[in-house]
Amino acid sequence: MRLRLAAAAALALTITACAPSTSAPAPGATDGGPRTGALKVWLFDEPNRAPKEAVVKEAVTEFTAAHPDTTVDVQYIAVDTRSERFKGAFNDPASAPDVVEYGNTDLPEYATAGGLADLGAVVGNWPEGADLAADAKASATYRGTLLGVPWYLGVRALYYRTDVLAELGLKPPATLAELTSTARAVRAAKPDMFGVAVGGKYTFGALPFVWANGGDITSIDSAPSRAGLTAYTALIAEDNCPPQNCADLTGGKTVELFASGKAAMGILGNFNRAAVDAGAAKGRYAVVPLPGLTAGSIAPAFAGGNNLGIMKNAQRPALAADFLTLLASRKYQARMYDAMGNLPTLKPASAEVVAKDPFVKPFVDTIGAGTRFVPLDPGWGKIDASAVLPTMIEKVATGKATVDEATTEAAKLIDEALTP
Amino acid sequence: MSRARRASTRAPLWLLLPAAVVLGGLFLYPMYQLGLLSVLDFTQAQVSGGQPTRFVGAENYTRLLGDSRFWEVLLSTVLFAAACVLATLAVGAGLAVLLTRVSRIPRLLLSLAAMAAWAVPAVSGSTTWMFLFDTDLGFVNQLLGIEGFNWMYDRYTAFGLVGAVVVWASFPFVMVTLYAGIEAVPKSVLEAAALDGAGAWRSFWQIMVPILRPVLAIVVIQSVIWDFKVFTQIYIMTRGGGLAGQNLTLNVYAYQQAFASSEYGRGAAIGVVMTLILLAVTLVYLRALRRSGEQL
Repeated sequence: MRLRLAAAAALALTITACAPSTSAPAPGATDGGPRTGALKVWLFDEPNRAPKEAVVKEAVTEFTAAHPDTTVDVQYIAVDTRSERFKGAFNDPASAPDVVEYGNTDLPEYATAGGLADLGAVVGNWPEGADLAADAKASATYRGTLLGVPWYLGVRALYYRTDVLAELGLKPPATLAELTSTARAVRAAKPDMFGVAVGGKYTFGALPFVWANGGDITSIDSAPSRAGLTAYTALIAEDNCPPQNCADLTGGKTVELFASGKAAMGILGNFNRAAVDAGAAKGRYAVVPLPGLTAGSIAPAFAGGNNLGIMKNAQRPALAADFLTLLASRKYQARMYDAMGNLPTLKPASAEVVAKDPFVKPFVDTIGAGTRFVPLDPGWGKIDASAVLPTMIEKVATGKATVDEATTEAAKLIDEALTP
Repeated sequence: MSRARRASTRAPLWLLLPAAVVLGGLFLYPMYQLGLLSVLDFTQAQVSGGQPTRFVGAENYTRLLGDSRFWEVLLSTVLFAAACVLATLAVGAGLAVLLTRVSRIPRLLLSLAAMAAWAVPAVSGSTTWMFLFDTDLGFVNQLLGIEGFNWMYDRYTAFGLVGAVVVWASFPFVMVTLYAGIEAVPKSVLEAAALDGAGAWRSFWQIMVPILRPVLAIVVIQSVIWDFKVFTQIYIMTRGGGLAGQNLTLNVYAYQQAFASSEYGRGAAIGVVMTLILLAVTLVYLRALRRSGEQL
């Protein structure tokens, strides 16, 4: 009872403290809130959390040293049940955390629920904010409002077997067309191997083909999108990755194929490095950016990753902003790479990381060349859940529909799902 | 006198009350909620209070019934469920007859095997079958010498394999129930039939089946409901509906369209339609039984 009273009092304080004093057009999260006390932070729990926890502890020590009379209460929440936890926090302000980590594809859901605070002013006043890549910022912006600071990214590039390509006298492909011909050459020479591992359910492997051709998810039935899909689905064929084996593969399965040595190439993420090193391909592979249409260009990759945000009903928004910008700073982004292999979103941090570990270079180059994102719309969740894109790819790969038929059908479903 | 009579006419009502309370709480209230949800625009934004709930009338239903995909899925669900029910009944009845004919030890072994299949959770069972029928490493493919054959690639082999798993998991109930029923058939009737010269086949169809009809009715209705609602096996074995959704059944479709994408109103509409279909099937079957002179 006393606790609840205290919470209510604190809430009342927050409201009275921020409402009248603000001169900004909208009551931004940076104004007000007690400058002392316990800051509540939610971060994602991960299978191997200890290194992440150590970095966060270091940041907390630095933060509490600079902010007297504060403590930081970090909770690691399970990724599987994050949706329920966030919903609970949106519904009950008293139990809401101040700073949260969230997946960037979850943004529209949280934004429509109205749970995240506008960070435009926070990032504007943050000296390092200018180093954020525009693509990364766009992926955290919902209908013109910046609702998160991209904390780290994961992107995919082309892994290839150096020994196999060298044996056949092939060079790593420089264009998407070359990727196809190289893949076919490998399969022709080694019939028990797949040229490049692709899958019907591997949406984020297929989308770079669409984006490289100038297409997009929201215009999946346009000529450029169709050209990209034609190129991708042509890879699910006897001369590379037969439909019987590959039509229903997920991205994870293509990782297995490449790691086990069954495929000469694969479109894998920087986060798949450990899985590949645990397989037969260890020490016999290299990575280049997935090429685009012309030599020297890079196919746009999907920029998955996590953002840091501040809850709209946070009780200490000012403290939260300070902690968020500290955790998202160059120093801690670089530390997070060392700890977890997460790619930084600040340009100076990624330069630092590349200098230390050349493995990251193709991925950072891919990010530098421009990344793309799924439509920032609550309808994306529905498109994803009802498997619109995998169904489209599988229909073409199994010969049940032509590219034109499948894309027309998918475009209709996508239009219906996205809010006008 | 009159008061006593009134009390006695009320007595059944009092006696029904506990059952009514339980049914009302566990069945009617959720049904009411399901019906209510199905006429609302109810998505995640409404659950977490970001947007107000909106009454949309029959929109969820018209959109569902106007969707050609829904009708395709419904048709394959009905055909798949019918095939599974027939196969379950044939296997269950055949083995029940076998149980009555064999001696104690084989009977015990068969019962144990069936009980084990029945006891395996659907998720574990489906996963084990997936291992057995794996494209490259599966025991079955290696035994048959067809490594590289993907059972899930063709629509009908995929449905066939999933159907086999459904039957494997549900025949023990049919077998045990019918075995108990057969054991209860008076021996004297069968002896009389044998004396009159009826063979095994004839006494099965003309003596046992009519006597077993009430038991059969329960078994059939149960199987129809189970097989119509099959989810786990399809979801796990065909990775959420098969290649390009070729193996979707209504329950998986509802999950995909509604719950995974947080469109609870739409999902509730599918739930209501499924309930109505199952009610209709059950009523038609009960009517047919009644017409053939059986009181249930």
